[in-house]
Amino acid sequence: MFILTISSLLLVVAMGIGLYMKASPILHEHSLWDLLSASEWKPMKNQFGFFPFLMGTLWVSGLALIISIPISMLMAIYLTEYSHSVVRRFVYPFLDILAGLPSVIYGVWGMLLIVPWVSNVAAPWVGRNTTGYTVLACGIVLGVMVIPLLVSLFIEIFSNVSHELREATFALGATRWQATKHVVLRKTLPGILAAIVLAASRVMGETIAVIMVCGNLAIAPNSLLDACYPIPALIANNYGEMLSMPLYESALMFAAFILFFVVLVFNLFSRLVLKKIEAQ
Amino acid sequence: MIKLFSGKSGGHDNFSVNNKFPHPANMRLSTHSLSVYIGGNPILKHVNVEIPHNKITCIIGPSGCGKTTLLRTFNRLVDTIEGVKITGVVQLGDRNIVTAGPSELTEIRRTIGLVPQRPCPLPMSIYDNIAYGCRIHGISGRKKLDAIVEYYLRAVGLWDEVKDRLHSPAGKLSGGQQQRLCLARSLAIEPSYLLADESTSALDPLSSRTVEELFVELKKDYSIVMVTHTLRQAKRIADHVIFMYLGEAIEEGDADQVFNNPRHELTQRYLDGGFS
Repeated sequence: MFILTISSLLLVVAMGIGLYMKASPILHEHSLWDLLSASEWKPMKNQFGFFPFLMGTLWVSGLALIISIPISMLMAIYLTEYSHSVVRRFVYPFLDILAGLPSVIYGVWGMLLIVPWVSNVAAPWVGRNTTGYTVLACGIVLGVMVIPLLVSLFIEIFSNVSHELREATFALGATRWQATKHVVLRKTLPGILAAIVLAASRVMGETIAVIMVCGNLAIAPNSLLDACYPIPALIANNYGEMLSMPLYESALMFAAFILFFVVLVFNLFSRLVLKKIEAQ
Repeated sequence: MIKLFSGKSGGHDNFSVNNKFPHPANMRLSTHSLSVYIGGNPILKHVNVEIPHNKITCIIGPSGCGKTTLLRTFNRLVDTIEGVKITGVVQLGDRNIVTAGPSELTEIRRTIGLVPQRPCPLPMSIYDNIAYGCRIHGISGRKKLDAIVEYYLRAVGLWDEVKDRLHSPAGKLSGGQQQRLCLARSLAIEPSYLLADESTSALDPLSSRTVEELFVELKKDYSIVMVTHTLRQAKRIADHVIFMYLGEAIEEGDADQVFNNPRHELTQRYLDGGFS
């Protein structure tokens, strides 16, 4: 059991090293900074700029989190603090079903509903014209997709706060909302952050649903109504067809390495923040 | 109104740390034919009791007799249990606690404080634990709160132990200190009644004795209602005793009378250790 546990740790290291080795050819040809900051993606002309993909990932993940965190937080607060147990009995199974749906279904739903909505309603509303395959559509689909995950995590976290603590707060005359805001949320802040990190990692790595609604244009987005091309979509779309070009393969491996690195750094950083909060 | 030990008054015009809230004169607390059902099961059956002023009232009785439910009906904490139904009257002054609306409830809970069973500091600093209750009841201003925090920490004998770390998390205090902090937190909103649900049961004997002595001292200014499982404790500190059995208040009276000369046969059997 000890060996199994340790080997899972080694697996992370091995993956990182493997990706780096595969990515190294392109790092020999271009400097790291060039790769990350250049915007031109023309593999045939030996131009590999990852900036659009990096920005695509950040825009889409950011938007998805901005949409999903407040909604799921309020849902979880309602379910744990306010709702009747009958409501919970009905809602929990649905949340589980939603959390278990394959992401391709979210992608189809996004194509059928969100993309037309963006192109016919949201974009004309601000006087723009788009196909609908945009950061906005992508963010909404991903946001909706992680809501069930976040809600279940938040519910788990809020339920861990002892009943006595809530009662002690009520006994001082606090309302339910005051008790939630001042005591439950404060007590669970480390857990909330951990849940958000998990959701963020999930969003950054999501592939299928993203490919279906993001537009797949290698241009760094400037607004919510621009098309985008997040890193996972880049890898999945191109991996099959570039075997003839060694540098292309290496470039995609480098893309995977960036994603790996971003998620890893994000996780480590949040762990540091957690430590800080817990120490207080 | 309340003069507790020798605390400082804060030095503000028209502001006194222990007289910040209005105190209506008539605050009698009593129940009339109070019944509580949880999920259709009767937990309390037609309870009629009266809580005397400035005394320690101990509610005693075997496990499951409804002691805690009775206590938690006084400040309507039973509301947090799903499927609860209350009939009858709990009278506080001229108010019926049973029918109080949300805004009245806030005020009632300020008037009837609770010391929890196990110490549970709020997830904030020592300072904020005391200040929190005052803040939600509309008291603000650094100087006022500073004075209040000091006054009540002194009142429970915690000031000297924590004055250098008022802004560190309350969770780092020892169990006994936490319980005294909880007591100070309850006192800071100037309740007339203090409900204590086995408030010493989770403490070591020494801390438990400290808290017990505090209660005895506090009865000068507060009316204390206490649920206790240990008869010895009740005998030590009770002035007034309510004996409950299977959801009914069997006997109520002066501690001397109930312990030495119970009127009811069930009370006698309980005191003799016939059941527990």
